[in-house]
Amino acid sequence: MGRIGVFVCWCGSNIAATVDVKAVAETLGREPGVVYAADYQYMCSEAGQNLLVQAIGQYKLTGVVICSCSPRMHEATFRKAAARAGLNPYLVEIANIREQCSWIHKDRQVATEKAIILGRAAIAKVQLNAPLTAGQSPVTKRALVIGGGIAGIQTALDIAEAGFPVDIVEKEPTIGGKMAQIDKTFPTLDCAACILTPKMVDAAQNENIDILAYAQVEKVEGFVGNFTVTIRHKARYVDPAKCTGCGLCTEKCPQKRVPNAFNLGLDNRRAIYIPFAQAVPKIATIDPAYCTKLNTGKCGVCAKVCTAGAIDYQQTDRLEQRQYGAIVAATGFQPISLEKFGEYAYQQSPDVVTSLEFERLMNAAGPTGGTLLRPSDGKHPHTLVFVQCVGSRCQGDGRGKTYCSKICCMYTAKHAMLCREKYPDTEVYVFYIDVRTPGKNFDEFYRRAVEEYGVHYIKGQVGKVVPQNGVLKVQASDLLENRQLHIDADMVILATAMEPDPTARALATQLTASMDTNDFFTEAHPKLRPVESPTAGVFLSGACQGPKDIPDTVAQAGAAAAKVIGLLVKDHLTCNPCVAKPDELMCNGCSACAQVCPYGAITYVDKDFRGPNRTTLRRRVAQVNPAVCQGCGACTVTCPSGAMDLLGFSNRQILAEVDAICK
Amino acid sequence: MDNREITRITGVNPRKCMRCGKCSAVCPAYDEMEYHPHQFVAMIEGGAVEELANSRGIWRCLSCMACMERCPRQVEPARLVEAVRLKVIRQAGKNHLLPDQIPGLLDPDMPQQALVSALRKYGK
Repeated sequence: MGRIGVFVCWCGSNIAATVDVKAVAETLGREPGVVYAADYQYMCSEAGQNLLVQAIGQYKLTGVVICSCSPRMHEATFRKAAARAGLNPYLVEIANIREQCSWIHKDRQVATEKAIILGRAAIAKVQLNAPLTAGQSPVTKRALVIGGGIAGIQTALDIAEAGFPVDIVEKEPTIGGKMAQIDKTFPTLDCAACILTPKMVDAAQNENIDILAYAQVEKVEGFVGNFTVTIRHKARYVDPAKCTGCGLCTEKCPQKRVPNAFNLGLDNRRAIYIPFAQAVPKIATIDPAYCTKLNTGKCGVCAKVCTAGAIDYQQTDRLEQRQYGAIVAATGFQPISLEKFGEYAYQQSPDVVTSLEFERLMNAAGPTGGTLLRPSDGKHPHTLVFVQCVGSRCQGDGRGKTYCSKICCMYTAKHAMLCREKYPDTEVYVFYIDVRTPGKNFDEFYRRAVEEYGVHYIKGQVGKVVPQNGVLKVQASDLLENRQLHIDADMVILATAMEPDPTARALATQLTASMDTNDFFTEAHPKLRPVESPTAGVFLSGACQGPKDIPDTVAQAGAAAAKVIGLLVKDHLTCNPCVAKPDELMCNGCSACAQVCPYGAITYVDKDFRGPNRTTLRRRVAQVNPAVCQGCGACTVTCPSGAMDLLGFSNRQILAEVDAICK
Repeated sequence: MDNREITRITGVNPRKCMRCGKCSAVCPAYDEMEYHPHQFVAMIEGGAVEELANSRGIWRCLSCMACMERCPRQVEPARLVEAVRLKVIRQAGKNHLLPDQIPGLLDPDMPQQALVSALRKYGK
């Protein structure tokens, strides 16, 4: 029987208001093995920790139970305090009497009883705790950034600036992402390309940055500090070492009817292409879906005109393995599909466009050279209707997103303002539910659109858009005037909700990083650890974590980089000693544990065992690599013979807790 | 009349309404009503059931269900107005409509909500 100390925290009134902390301390003090019990206002405070340290020394405690908040909050704090007093930190147990007791109960008597039971369970467990020693694992001093938009570029630049090598994996032929497609940025109206392309060039020229464009992450193995990532370099059918980016092939290619993805299909490009003039890397790529040579074997014009001899029709996808210490997800967003929003006639009329398409129509490098023209007939539009919240803030309608996409209010104000500024003969209507402008100089910007530029902001939604005789009949409600409006518009622009890039889901599975119901990556703590994934060594940057504008994205990208740098400067990481451990005498070598292990920590060895009558038996048994095991416990529940146990959470300890609760 | 009863029989929670006005934007009978779909929701939420029940507008609703179909938050104004109509029809001790009276009440400009409702209920 050990010498256990019990400490009951009030957590101010968080626990003490619902739980009689004095009664809990008194009752638990009478438990067998408990030699000291106390209650204190804030155990996590310095005075509280000193109380713990003194008691460990004074009463020669061999185990400690803290009845307080969730172990996620302060387990590390109390373990450190115990270590200061010379007690092995893994002899500390937390009984969660806040989140799992005081916060969810109202009846003081019931809550007090429950707190006592939870404390008793922790005492039963701590009696069986064994001292554990944490090992160390080395750190590969190289980072991987997945996604080459503004988030990924900024993260990579910041990591590279600190002196660490970093790779950007981008699935498109060029980095730049969505920001490269945008015309101007709110609220300053800087030209997006003018502020983005220098960063793209910086990334390309930085010797610490390796841009792996037109590549995808295929497989992720390992753990924090020691990731092994398999990267698929997609076949460009162009030798990147030879291509000079002169663009001659993109002019001579006879296949002219390929929808230009960079301009969102608003115009056509050739089968061999460079997405845009400032592309990085500036290398041509053949689109295998449209290339005549690749599909029929005839043509070969690009190879004939290429003076560098860079065209290679035989190129195939290439897999490469690289080692990293940290991984940053920066996969970004895309506008949602408007398939299910038939009322806006997006599929019926080319004059109904999304806001991102509108960016291309206003962009000097876009399909119309920056002159706003109706896609249907190339004429100048006079009446423009902007619809906000298309697919945002929907609940239970089975087609939209529940969240606010955050950036639409501001870019719609920007579009409306730019329209009125460039074309004063236009009438511009914006239909809104709420105008949300909580950013620096945001509301001033929106008011400028209304007051200086005369944009008609109407509180209400558009009910339907009907294309009829060359105009778009818009039926909408004006809630403040309490009337229904009928507007004949030349163009309708839909502020389409944003959703995470579809590649994020598969990536999250590879990284074992968690996601929310909308497929946005989840942060380790919504307030206090906003750029870290709960999976160690995986960090989040930009809109893959939630809707964000450019300033927020850049800020978060820098924060993610700081976290990566903080990890990479370490030579070694302390491992979690609570890892799986097989009992070799019980293991039957069935491989069930190795199959469920998400980290590849389990291998098998043939080992000699003593058999009956002085014989030797050679048996196949499981072995756990403690540096790779993350202590998730999947193997312990899978093992059919009960041979696998988790240190610090052994079956005996868990059952002792259950027994104490059921007593 | 109690608004809680209306929300109970319809299963509609008017508090889910975010005042976007899409219901009133799609309503084909908008100009025929003194209160409009978005107002039905606000009036039920605010307890003005009597006022709504006494309005002529509720009989102008076509039960076309466009407001229900297009509502981004599944508030379903058409259900609320249907419930109010039922409450009016089922008032005890009041005179009910006789079949002979119907031809005289038919509005030639507009399909009658009763006919459309009947079609919806028994048409399948």
